[in-house]
Amino acid sequence: MKKTLAIVAAALTVASVTLPVSAHRAWILPVATVLSSEDPWVSFDAAISNDIFHPDYHAMRLEGVQAIGPDGQAVELQNPHTGKHRSNFDLNLSQSGTYKVYSASAGLSARWETADGERKFWPGRGQRPDPEGFKKNVPMDAKNLQITQSSRRLETFVTAGAPSTTALEASNVGLELVPVTHPNDLYSGEAATFTFLIDGEPAVGAEVSVIPGGSRYRDGQAEIKLSSDSKGQVSITWPEPGMYFLEAEYSDERAKAPATGRRGTYTATFEVLPL
Amino acid sequence: MHKRITRLLGAAALALAGAAQGQSLAVEMEVPRLQVAEYHKPYVALWIAREDNSVAANLAVLYDVALKDEEGEKWLKDMRQWWRRGGRALDMPIDGLSGATKGPGKHRLVFSDKVADLPPGNYRLMVEAAREVGGRELVEVPFQWPPQQAGQAAASGGEELGTVQLSLAP
Repeated sequence: MKKTLAIVAAALTVASVTLPVSAHRAWILPVATVLSSEDPWVSFDAAISNDIFHPDYHAMRLEGVQAIGPDGQAVELQNPHTGKHRSNFDLNLSQSGTYKVYSASAGLSARWETADGERKFWPGRGQRPDPEGFKKNVPMDAKNLQITQSSRRLETFVTAGAPSTTALEASNVGLELVPVTHPNDLYSGEAATFTFLIDGEPAVGAEVSVIPGGSRYRDGQAEIKLSSDSKGQVSITWPEPGMYFLEAEYSDERAKAPATGRRGTYTATFEVLPL
Repeated sequence: MHKRITRLLGAAALALAGAAQGQSLAVEMEVPRLQVAEYHKPYVALWIAREDNSVAANLAVLYDVALKDEEGEKWLKDMRQWWRRGGRALDMPIDGLSGATKGPGKHRLVFSDKVADLPPGNYRLMVEAAREVGGRELVEVPFQWPPQQAGQAAASGGEELGTVQLSLAP
């Protein structure tokens, strides 16, 4: 217990001194994304690790993980289990079409200084930016108070039969990906186009990083770096089949008061098949 | 049970269908004999692709149609090109399209009725095989429709398919 506290304290110190370093990546990995048969099941791993899709650090807690089905309704995660390094669950694809598995949060975050010059921020690591917590924890008269509209979203997609788009509709809150190319229709050597939205509007100049899985078995990250265009779009040509991790970051100053900035992160797992 | 009989009739109709408009299209497909410890007959999809890869006509989908609870459909996606180009939009089984898997040897399949309404143009016959605990292979034979004269064209697979011979007649 003491050790945990020490780690949390260390993490807080690091984060408050430097910009948050996203060395650890959170991901949800389906074992397959394209399925046939009348009533298929898919298994998923969910973890936080350095090496993409190699669970060796922390299991992802499943409380915030949700799924929606082709009809836009919530679908229950089956057989959830949280182990040392990863969580697992199954999804029963009882309807034909596309399912989205996701974890998302959005709200106000803040940084400020105390009278003694100590830097503070809220929410802390792993905390959700809920309005009550904000009211309770953020002193609105603090020195150098900076309030940001923050959002984070983590997703993956699986399809039984033909791909459909109801589950992919944007919530228009925070940074989101909407398909031009369907995320379960990705093939090696072909280009896929996705649109990024910030609060429902095109996110222009979002920084996007795409990394193939299996980095354990090569020397470099093999990262593809992209920036979204004036329509919020990026086009990715998949170099080879496999599982891919996509991470996008966006920030601007077009926030609603009391916030002075907007910041969003979006990550997703995609499967690219050979043709 | 009733459904099963319909399926068998569908498969029979597929094999025996004759020329509809006079023009004929037939395929002789070789399933190779493989020396492997665990052999399962391959799933095979046959279709006609347009130049842009879209499906002009589905000809046959040979899979484990007799498994209970339609369990054979679980592996239809392994014929991944066919699945992507149109298989995923079909609600299998389909009478006249679904058929039982075929063992090693040469199999003659006549599809004249399925191409009767094919507009003139350049096409490819696509034959894709996927085998449980085995491999996957796609063989393509380009052709023009309607045929000006009787003729044959062929292509060969390397592992999962032998020679695929397309026979056309005006």
